[in-house]
Amino acid sequence: MTGFLVLFLYVAAFFGSYLILSKLLKQAFAKTGFNKLKTVTFGDESAVKANRIASVLSIVTVFMLWVAFTNSSIPLPKLPGPFSGDVTFTYTATLPDGSTDDAEITMRVYREDIQQTLDENGEPGREPPAVEVEPGEGFAKNDSLTVARYGFKVIPVWNNDEVSKADGSVVTHLNGQEVQPGQKIAIPEGVIALTDKGTPTFEPATGLRMARLYLPAPEVVLERFWRLNAEGYQGYTLWEHTRYSLQRVLLGFLFGALIGIPIGYAMGLTNWSRGWYDPIVEFMRPVPPLALIPLMIIWFGIGELSKVILLFLAALWIMIIAARSGVSGVAISKVHAAYSLGASKWQILSRVIVPNSLPEIFTGARVAMGVCWGTVVAAELVAAEVGLGKMIVVASKFQLTDIVIVGIILIGVIGFLIDVGVRALENWLVPWKGKV
Amino acid sequence: MDGLHIDDISMRFDLPDGGHVQALQNVTLDIKSGELMSVLGPSGCGKTTLLNIVAGFLAPTEGVIRLNGHEVHGPDPERGMVFQQGALFEWMNVRDNVSFGPDMKGMSRKESAEKVEHLLDVVGLQDFKEKAVYELSGGMQQRVALARCLANDPDVILMDEPLGALDALTREKMQSLVLDLWKDTGKTIILITHSVEEALLLGERLLVMAPRPGRVHKEYRLPFADLGVGADLREVKKHEDYGSTREEILSMIWNMEEEIMGRAEESA
Repeated sequence: MTGFLVLFLYVAAFFGSYLILSKLLKQAFAKTGFNKLKTVTFGDESAVKANRIASVLSIVTVFMLWVAFTNSSIPLPKLPGPFSGDVTFTYTATLPDGSTDDAEITMRVYREDIQQTLDENGEPGREPPAVEVEPGEGFAKNDSLTVARYGFKVIPVWNNDEVSKADGSVVTHLNGQEVQPGQKIAIPEGVIALTDKGTPTFEPATGLRMARLYLPAPEVVLERFWRLNAEGYQGYTLWEHTRYSLQRVLLGFLFGALIGIPIGYAMGLTNWSRGWYDPIVEFMRPVPPLALIPLMIIWFGIGELSKVILLFLAALWIMIIAARSGVSGVAISKVHAAYSLGASKWQILSRVIVPNSLPEIFTGARVAMGVCWGTVVAAELVAAEVGLGKMIVVASKFQLTDIVIVGIILIGVIGFLIDVGVRALENWLVPWKGKV
Repeated sequence: MDGLHIDDISMRFDLPDGGHVQALQNVTLDIKSGELMSVLGPSGCGKTTLLNIVAGFLAPTEGVIRLNGHEVHGPDPERGMVFQQGALFEWMNVRDNVSFGPDMKGMSRKESAEKVEHLLDVVGLQDFKEKAVYELSGGMQQRVALARCLANDPDVILMDEPLGALDALTREKMQSLVLDLWKDTGKTIILITHSVEEALLLGERLLVMAPRPGRVHKEYRLPFADLGVGADLREVKKHEDYGSTREEILSMIWNMEEEIMGRAEESA
């Protein structure tokens, strides 16, 4: 239900912001530069440029939806929240002889994440005590209990009554309305009901926002980020988790490239090598690195070695294939020209084939780094001492969704930065790419 | 024995279906040192195959090539090559491309600097020597290719449609440049082209080849290349024999193409 609402609001934001802004900011939506002179741009891919207003709004929308669907303290529009506070309703107990008595039930609804909040002294919050109530007159006595938001409470009303269930005391009315076991009555603060066995229950209204367990508010995640930096998690700081993951990726990729690129060149240059490595490469290429994790753990344990070897294998085939296609991409006229200019085989390799294959190698490196980064996180999810993947899987077991989200955001940002880095290196080393 | 001797060369390619293609049949040519020869012919006449054999990239099934008395086996800097396009090294700037040959010989940059500078002057790229080759126009790139070839001081320069991808105006300028370089350096040049006009202007000797099997069909000795050195090529085209020779060669090639079409229709 909530999912459809999120989808609806997101789609509405997409079209709504376009319709409104394209009317308001005609200038920002106008064609610019040479495109102004083009009469047809629909279907002309070169005329399509990312509208940066849309990019900013896209992020703002995700953030606003995030806030709207959580119990965030950020002053932005939010959907109706869960009920919190005290609520009182009555129940009527009827005895077999027909005599009845009314009593009040007072429920105190408190924050479900109270234990994860800190008070001004830095102490974790505690569940509040129940409201103190007078027992009242008659054989049915007033009850007072607490329940967490998003929670559910069975109210054993007979515990303090003068007559027990065994004596034939039956709850027949809630808030003055007659109810049968299994029936529910909605009140603004939630739902009161009788169980199938006739015991009153209370479920506070949840509203449309998500509990912290499912989706922590942005400021909670941010606060967790600072705390992870300062205190760490599972004995390692956030930076150490990140560093271990990165280190594994870089080492694995480095060995993969160091061994894969020469093999790829050999496959592109000699019949024997192509025949020798072809079956292995063709077989291993479609095997997802994740499928190798169990074997790596059996062989090398859960330490650094098994991770690095796994990532080495993830990068190896990609780099072999990149180097091989780099060699086959050399125009034969370049090779002929170099031979005619007196180059030896070694000079052909070092002065023509290697530089000419650099664009392909970099394309391969970008793919390999992406695969390695994905694989390391997955490998850490399965088994590791330290690492971002390890951090989020342990946090998930303790239902610390905020740590999971910090981890996911960090993984995404680092993956993006790796790609940007490799691309920058490529632009620097292979300036001729795409220009010939 | 000076010069290039193409002695009874035949070239047969076996096809996977068991048949074969006779790309060249008994081609014999004597090319004197310093001669400029252009080669024309319809596609499939084996002119590129012939050039690749002379360059040493292909071994003929029969016959030998001799250059200045020794047999040719494999590529060698004594036979330089200029390709149509895309044979420059994009990862080097203009100067490094030109000095590639001397570099391969192990010559230090200092030793080759003078020659490289001179060649850059000759082809008019002195101001572009630090530029990346992909920043240059097509005509400039071919100037680099010419200079790169000359830097090795080859005995023979083989040109495989070097101006084929250039626009008409650039092409005319480059034709003048080739003629000037030929006269100045005294190199033997074999130039393959699709353009009859280019073959006429850039051929002391003009070879027309015929297809299936590839063979020498007719040879001309022409005055236009000598007339064109340092002159306006458009003036050369006004020469009394130019038009008639052009018509003769054009109809010769036209007939060959017709014949190929005819044969194709027969077999179909």
